[in-house]
Amino acid sequence: MPIVLIVAEQQPDGHLRKASLNAIGAGKQLADKAGAELHIAILGKDPAKVVDELKTTGAKAVHVGAAAELEHYLAETYAPVLSTLATELKADYVGMASTAQGKDLMPRLAARLKAAMATDITGLNGSGADITFTRPMWAGNVFAEVKLTTPVKVFTVRATEFAAAAGGQAAAEVKTFAPKIEASKTKFVEFKEVKSARPELTEARVVISGGRGTKGDFKEIEALADDLGAAVGASRAVCDAGWVPNDLQVGQTGKVVAPALYIAAGISGAIQHLAGMKSSKTIVAINKDAEAPIFQVADYGIVADLFKVLPELRAELQKLK
Amino acid sequence: MKILVTAKRVEDPESKIKVKPDGSGIVQEGLKYKINPFDEIGVEEGLRLVAKHTGEVVVVSIGGKEVQEQLRHALAMGAHRAVWVNHTGPLDQLGIAALIQKVAEKEKPDLVILGKQSIDDDQNQVGQYLAEFLGWGQATFASKVESLESAEEKNKEPAVKLTADKKAVQVVREVDNGLATLECQLPAVVTTDLRLNQPRYASLPGIMKAKSKPIEELTPEKLGVNVTPQIQVLKLASPPARKAGIKVPDVATLVDKLRNEAKVV
Ligand SMILES: Cc1cc2nc3c(=O)[nH]c(=O)nc-3n(C[C@H](O)[C@H](O)[C@H](O)COP(=O)(O)OP(=O)(O)OC[C@H]3O[C@@H](n4cnc5c(N)ncnc54)[C@H](O)[C@@H]3O)c2cc1C
Ligand SMILES: Cc1cc2nc3c(=O)[nH]c(=O)nc-3n(C[C@H](O)[C@H](O)[C@H](O)COP(=O)(O)OP(=O)(O)OC[C@H]3O[C@@H](n4cnc5c(N)ncnc54)[C@H](O)[C@@H]3O)c2cc1C
Repeated sequence: MPIVLIVAEQQPDGHLRKASLNAIGAGKQLADKAGAELHIAILGKDPAKVVDELKTTGAKAVHVGAAAELEHYLAETYAPVLSTLATELKADYVGMASTAQGKDLMPRLAARLKAAMATDITGLNGSGADITFTRPMWAGNVFAEVKLTTPVKVFTVRATEFAAAAGGQAAAEVKTFAPKIEASKTKFVEFKEVKSARPELTEARVVISGGRGTKGDFKEIEALADDLGAAVGASRAVCDAGWVPNDLQVGQTGKVVAPALYIAAGISGAIQHLAGMKSSKTIVAINKDAEAPIFQVADYGIVADLFKVLPELRAELQKLK
Repeated sequence: MKILVTAKRVEDPESKIKVKPDGSGIVQEGLKYKINPFDEIGVEEGLRLVAKHTGEVVVVSIGGKEVQEQLRHALAMGAHRAVWVNHTGPLDQLGIAALIQKVAEKEKPDLVILGKQSIDDDQNQVGQYLAEFLGWGQATFASKVESLESAEEKNKEPAVKLTADKKAVQVVREVDNGLATLECQLPAVVTTDLRLNQPRYASLPGIMKAKSKPIEELTPEKLGVNVTPQIQVLKLASPPARKAGIKVPDVATLVDKLRNEAKVV
């Protein structure tokens, strides 16, 4: 039986990265189409905490590789361990969420497995041995159907396009193994976490993003975000200027989000930004310029100064409470 | 330092991309081409590193003769030499990385800098494949801590820092929820994120000088690489269009719509 292996990711704080559940969801879809068995791999210094969560997501087995050297993620230590595991399992497909780690690790692993790879897949087509992937190109202006012809096929998953695997299913077999650690030419130095009390951008139900129109003043955006329990996002222009941390960037080359509600304030709507938020369920645009391209994708647009609209919006929403 | 930087030819990011009705490709008419923006950032970083530590920047591009335009652009920015791998027809990431590997083995640079992704295919793979093929360390999504409007940026300081013993580089990377710093022994592979630097404009004297700088021509055959693609692009399609929305006159109407129509608040 063919094997689909999904690599899950543990966050530096020990929790499972939620996008892993979407990748498992995609893996399950693939396993169904390909008539394959779903397996999960997790590496780390102490992955026990996430194993419990992974165990009940519907996989046949969870492969757990723990070692002190795996505390800080490095492509050079993770790729050989996963390559050995995938080879021993005779995995036909290896996938992971398109997180920063997924994007760094999967191509290196693919190179080791002499596999072709599809990045950021948004769909799966076909059945049996004849599976193809749908993936975006040109900032989401084009969707391509691609076929990988190498024996092993590697992919990363755009989390917003696949439902998260639900927990509570029959427990998978947990198989621990001792990872063989190869010497790395790269050393982990430090990780500076941007801590936020707000929900994560890619997981939030509501996202409020600011653009250059804010001139760097995010106070109103943050206040509204706090009222709504929303995450804060930004256009590239804002990150470049250093007004907000880089990892808030939404877009082709930043994060892809698809919340129930996306509010874009003072963002013009360049295609590179749209690529990251166009799949949001409802989009609201606040912009002074009635011709701004953002209005072409917004369900509701309001042509006005964001510094006037945002406080009014907060006041109106308060009334509903 | 000797730095090898890649320069892919891509459609201008401002271009309107349209899929051909039969899904076999994109409409080429009226498109303008540029060096991949991430690669331009790579050239800039290379130039800053050699300005600080002395050395040479060699640019490489793979494609038909038209990619010489992108090589000339990099030379006009200040790169010293160029390598053109002449190949027309499809190439996948495995093929591209294998060709760059051969060029790197020939040139023996201290660092190869690539873009984190190309803005046409958006694959984000070549740098990592290359690092594995070469057996080198990798630091992807290299970034700058300071704002691109900071004094450091105006002084054109490289963001990739050579260690005191000059045997490694420290690279700050954009990752989920923060910034990670890695130290890679040289030689290494670095891929650029957007916030690494602000690339310079090519000056007029730069453009004139670029005309006389050498471009070496190679081919996959000369490099001994089989580039038969392992990825087949079967067809292209446009994404479903979003239904045009409405403009609302005031905030009260907006909230009413969000509550009663969209049901999101
Ligand atoms: C290779 C590449 C990759 C890129 N990747 C991304 C990406 O991932 N994400 C991304 O966002 N961008 C990306 N970009 C940049 C993108 O092309 C745009 O430059 C950027 O999105 C513009 O940001 P902005 O809309 O905030 O700024 P601007 O385009 O300057 O727009 C500001 C808007 O604010 C409005 N405004 C001003 N003042 C007010 C006010 N008081 N109230 C209301 N409205 C106001 C203006 O009318 C204007 O429409 C990329 C570009 C390239 C070349
Ligand atoms: C319509 C269409 C049809 C296609 N058909 C096929 C097909 O049948 N088979 C197939 O295998 N592929 C096909 N491709 C894929 C195409 O050939 C890609 O360019 C190739 O796979 C490289 O991926 P990438 O540039 O997206 O890599 P990325 O990993 O996104 O690029 C990262 C970096 O690698 C470097 N780089 C990438 N390419 C070059 C280059 N040419 N020269 C110098 N540096 C470079 C650059 O620094 C770039 O910033 C097709 C693409 C399209 C749009």
